[in-house]
Amino acid sequence: MQLIRAEKLVKTYRAGEVDVPAVKGVDFSIDAKSFVAFVGPSGSGKSTLLNMIGCLDHPTSGRLSVLDTDVGGLNRRAAAEFRGLHIGFVFQEFNLIPVLTVYENIEYPLIMVQDWPAQKRRKQIMRLLESVDMLEQAHKRPDQISGGQKQRVAVARALATDPQLVLADEPTANLDHDTAYRIIELMKRMRDELGTTFVFSTHDPKIMGEAEIIFTLDDGRLHSSPGKAEVVHA
Amino acid sequence: MLNVLKIALRNLARFGRRTLLTSTLITLGIVSVLLFVAIAGSFKAMMIGQFTDAVLGHIEVHRKGYVASIDTLPLNLNMQPAMVARVEQALAKLEAVEAYSTRVKLGAMFSNFTETTSIRVNGVDPGKEVATTPLLPGRIVEGSKQGPVLKRGEILIPLLLARGMKVKVGDTIVLVATNRDGSVNGKTFTVRAVLESVSGPSGRDGYIHIEDARDLLRMKDAEVSEIAIRLKDPAQLDRVYAQLSKTLTGFAGKSGNAAMAGKGGGAGLEVHTWADLSPFASIARMIDLLTLFIKIMLVSIVLVSIMNVMVMAVYERIREIGTISAIGTPPRKILSLFLAEGLLLGAGGTALGTVIALALIYALNVWKITFDFGQQHGLVLTPTIRAADVAIIAVMVVIVALLASLQPAWKASRMDPVTALGHV
Ligand SMILES: Nc1ncnc2c1ncn2[C@@H]1O[C@H](COP(=O)(O)OP(=O)(O)OP(=O)(O)O)[C@@H](O)[C@H]1O
Ligand SMILES: [Mg+2]
Repeated sequence: MQLIRAEKLVKTYRAGEVDVPAVKGVDFSIDAKSFVAFVGPSGSGKSTLLNMIGCLDHPTSGRLSVLDTDVGGLNRRAAAEFRGLHIGFVFQEFNLIPVLTVYENIEYPLIMVQDWPAQKRRKQIMRLLESVDMLEQAHKRPDQISGGQKQRVAVARALATDPQLVLADEPTANLDHDTAYRIIELMKRMRDELGTTFVFSTHDPKIMGEAEIIFTLDDGRLHSSPGKAEVVHA
Repeated sequence: MLNVLKIALRNLARFGRRTLLTSTLITLGIVSVLLFVAIAGSFKAMMIGQFTDAVLGHIEVHRKGYVASIDTLPLNLNMQPAMVARVEQALAKLEAVEAYSTRVKLGAMFSNFTETTSIRVNGVDPGKEVATTPLLPGRIVEGSKQGPVLKRGEILIPLLLARGMKVKVGDTIVLVATNRDGSVNGKTFTVRAVLESVSGPSGRDGYIHIEDARDLLRMKDAEVSEIAIRLKDPAQLDRVYAQLSKTLTGFAGKSGNAAMAGKGGGAGLEVHTWADLSPFASIARMIDLLTLFIKIMLVSIVLVSIMNVMVMAVYERIREIGTISAIGTPPRKILSLFLAEGLLLGAGGTALGTVIALALIYALNVWKITFDFGQQHGLVLTPTIRAADVAIIAVMVVIVALLASLQPAWKASRMDPVTALGHV
């Protein structure tokens, strides 16, 4: 089953008077339950592409469907609702809510985005805390835990609402090698356990090697075919 | 909802110093306004009470044209017995009237047998007068406050006159008055007591018995210069005034339009409230105006300080807003997060301010602050504030706090997640 399909996808930013083409007509598809990386040099369009898949930004032209929904046509409110229902996000800077504890950060989407009953909420959070091995730290604030721990909490938060897709734009860029590697391993394990599709972007050759499918972007274009490649970037 | 409040509260705590400063500002504003309203209000009520309860009564009825020339106490503008009877009939029907006093007012020469000066005198029925202006016996500074305040042949004289003419209680003096026909008559009186002066019109008049006044003026009929009326509840003033104007002058206009009153009914009477007769009414209006200005200042302080804090709060948390927006938080929830913050800030400051203000008002009542006003000394200030006033001010501040956070909160809720996430 194809979870994401892009046809002739184009994104052109407008900076003042000039058009900046960021994604120049790409075609690809991603199956459900896959573990996918977008790689490429800085400015190649990774974030732009992930933002469009995540319904955070509109394509300029072309077709993009996520979960059989033409997400290019969603308005602001519909896009927010779609994200809340189907997509989890992991950010480069972790982006936990500083005034909430680890537990409450994972709980946040279950209250403020979806409306889960307390019992079910608690079960879900405890299960995720255990999966990401943060049970001990459940009542700490984000500023009391390490970067790697923060990103584990962020992964748990992204999975809280049982989304079909988790998008992570450079989830390891702020982490050292070992920690980065463990975060990717964690995401892969969650994919195995829950069947969630993970799509992430990265610069790091060691990290991209963990992906099962690698799309290489260069100046807004995809390399001809995806692969389980030893593509190491200059 | 509870979670929105929880998050808002934590964010306020996170920027503790700023929250403290802003809520302190609001607290101080609330305290000042409530104290001002309580003190100014009780000052006003007390001063009005002084006028109405010591001299004027709440409402006065005169023959048409009398008030316009009240300085000369014109004898040819007295009410004839038939007119008086009509007024008394009307008053008898009014449930709200507690008492009324018929007065004969005159100007006379006052002599202590060596010196002579002029004096304004009210001829009154002592029983009715005390019922209408209950503070009268309290004004006695020399002579007994006990017993009947006035008997026939006795006079109450104002303090300044007693000093100036070196007259003491028990002395005999002479009043000489010119009657309406221009002939002169004199009568001796014993000084019953000396009265403390009060501010305002007629505050330095003498008092004699109404029958003595009529004798002195050689009146054939029981004429009356003015009828002072006391109400059971001063709050009923406007209603009773309107009713009385209607029955007596056929014109139920607003207070102050009394000059036109006679024209409608042609009954030849005019009705005034104490406010029409006393210059203090304009001071009272000034106090009301000041209160309004102070409230406007409070609203501005709350508006500016909360808006300032909320604009800051939104600006500092742009990335956070981007995050919660990206993961699908609906815009209205983002809006409510920031509104809740402004609301809590306003409500917290208001609650604290109200408690402090009420405590201070209570303390002022325990300490008994005294002040002087004109001739009167040692008036005790008893600040009070109505629960409705407190509630109105508190609700107003909380609403303003909400309004002030509306714009920043709205901005937060409309933010584009990608732009917001890219913000450093
Ligand atoms: N909001 C914007 N306005 C104009 N141009 C933009 C905007 N966002 C991105 N771009 C441009 O689009 C191109 C692709 O940017 P994008 O952020 O997608 O690259 P990236 O692969 O994520 O790079 P990095 O690895 O540095 O994150 C770049 O040339 C960039 O300058
Ligand atoms: Mg990027």
